[in-house]
Amino acid sequence: MRLEVKDLHVHYGKIEAIKGVSIVVNEGEIVTLIGANGAGKTTMLKTISGLRPASSGQIIFNGEDISNVPAHKRVDLGLSQAPEGRGIFPGMTVLENLEMGKFHRHNRKNEMAEDLEKIYILFPRLKERTSQAGGTLSGGEQQMLAIGRALMARPKVLLLDEPSMGLAPQMIANIFRIITEINKTGVTILLVEQNAQQALQRAHRAYILETGNVVKEAKASDLLNDPAVREAYLGTGAH
Amino acid sequence: MKNFNLRDFGADIWERSNRPVRVAIVIVVIGLVAMMPYAGAGFLATPIAAYDAVIVYPVAIFVLMSLGLNIVVGKSGMLDLGYVAFFAIGAYTMGFLGIHTSLNTWEIMPIGIGLAMLAGVMLGLPTLRLRGDYLAIVTLGFGEIIRIVALNVSWTNGPNGISGIPMPPDIGPLKFRLDDQKVFFWVVLAMILMTIWMIRRLSVRRPGRAWEAIRQDEDAAELMGVPTLKYKIWSFTLGAAVGGAAGVLYGSKNLFVAPEMFTLNVSILILACVVFGGIGNIWGVIVGGVILGYLPDRIRFISDARLLVFGLVLVVVMNFRPDGLLPRKKREKALVKKGANS
Repeated sequence: MRLEVKDLHVHYGKIEAIKGVSIVVNEGEIVTLIGANGAGKTTMLKTISGLRPASSGQIIFNGEDISNVPAHKRVDLGLSQAPEGRGIFPGMTVLENLEMGKFHRHNRKNEMAEDLEKIYILFPRLKERTSQAGGTLSGGEQQMLAIGRALMARPKVLLLDEPSMGLAPQMIANIFRIITEINKTGVTILLVEQNAQQALQRAHRAYILETGNVVKEAKASDLLNDPAVREAYLGTGAH
Repeated sequence: MKNFNLRDFGADIWERSNRPVRVAIVIVVIGLVAMMPYAGAGFLATPIAAYDAVIVYPVAIFVLMSLGLNIVVGKSGMLDLGYVAFFAIGAYTMGFLGIHTSLNTWEIMPIGIGLAMLAGVMLGLPTLRLRGDYLAIVTLGFGEIIRIVALNVSWTNGPNGISGIPMPPDIGPLKFRLDDQKVFFWVVLAMILMTIWMIRRLSVRRPGRAWEAIRQDEDAAELMGVPTLKYKIWSFTLGAAVGGAAGVLYGSKNLFVAPEMFTLNVSILILACVVFGGIGNIWGVIVGGVILGYLPDRIRFISDARLLVFGLVLVVVMNFRPDGLLPRKKREKALVKKGANS
């Protein structure tokens, strides 16, 4: 289940947000896309998941060009995204949110209980709050819910958009630990992050995005030790 | 009693009842509503306008249209400011076919509904990719276009309208009469009940869940695999069908249709019924339609000040109950209070 993006261009009106980006995510990997605000990270994910149209370029998933497949059909193919920030349904309960994650697999009803159980093992907090409205959860719990809901679709590749955004440090560590756990169950992960330190520690490979271009591609551990990268993305004081 | 809430009170009784009790409640309520045409002697009587006519139009027809518009605005969260267009399509279908063919009202009904739905799909396909304000503007334009077309083409008779539209044929012993409109009321009541039944069935099934997801977060819905465009068009088209049905019956009751009956005002007024009663909650919407349909005729004796009082009631009620008289359950409200605590 290889995901490959070839020479992708994305425009907002006349402004070019993604200027010919090519990335590869191999089966079983955690690949992270790091970069500053406005580098185009979220646009990349939205284009891969189909929420934004690409101006040109190809998105190849499992050997098939999916650039023209609508977003809701990409879920069927095994591409699932946990949207940025609080992309959960605030007026639905935790359970209803998770059930929505199965919307496209409705004809496989026997999966529901099984997958809910898996999600609750991964996120015990969600089990305590099944009947609580999504909008009343804390930021960290909402993030857990967004990831759990994406997993309900049984994705082969999981796209995560800034899972650490707005969370307390302890919660961030918790979320990243769970991301590694999910990856170990065989789910390939493309992770977009501003928190470069955490992302590079967890990922296998990384791409650095600057104003719509990939400026660097390397093994995550190499970037973690690269002085220039440390200077720009990790802060000189980071250890 | 401090936290008394009519909606939850009603829902609670319903939850605690078993099936026979529920059936009994439904039959009693329908029976009571069906007796409404006989309740016009006392306090409910409307001065000047005939009570039995008022409870058919505006009251019952407003309720029907509000229920239809609520599918679009309340269930799936799309602001439609041109709902009158579907009402007009239904009414003109009745008018045109009623005088040019030998079809009767019941035979024209499915044609009117079908044409309204067709118009819904044709408008929906290109425009439902738009969101929020943009959609509102386009639908507003559509409502006006239908009216202006009716004003200018020859087969609608332009501003003179179509007159001499036949009344519905009698149903057994039930005779349609203009000086006693009980039977019209019962027919609209039956249409309202069918609409409620349809909405309730859809709400607990896939379409209902898809609409709910679209209303709360359209992007997230798409990411869950909800074909959002398809479900939005469905919602729009079902709303159109109800509007078309109301239009056919209205044409056949009024015996006359003309473009000036289908102005933007009607769209706004129906939207007001939905918002005033409680957007998204069918019981609230019904209350809204009843009050906003009935009130102007009840206070007709104060003539010129009538609209002033009507507006005042709207403003005061919306101030005290911004979510409407009987709002839907708003679980996400806690989100606003708690704010972004992460």
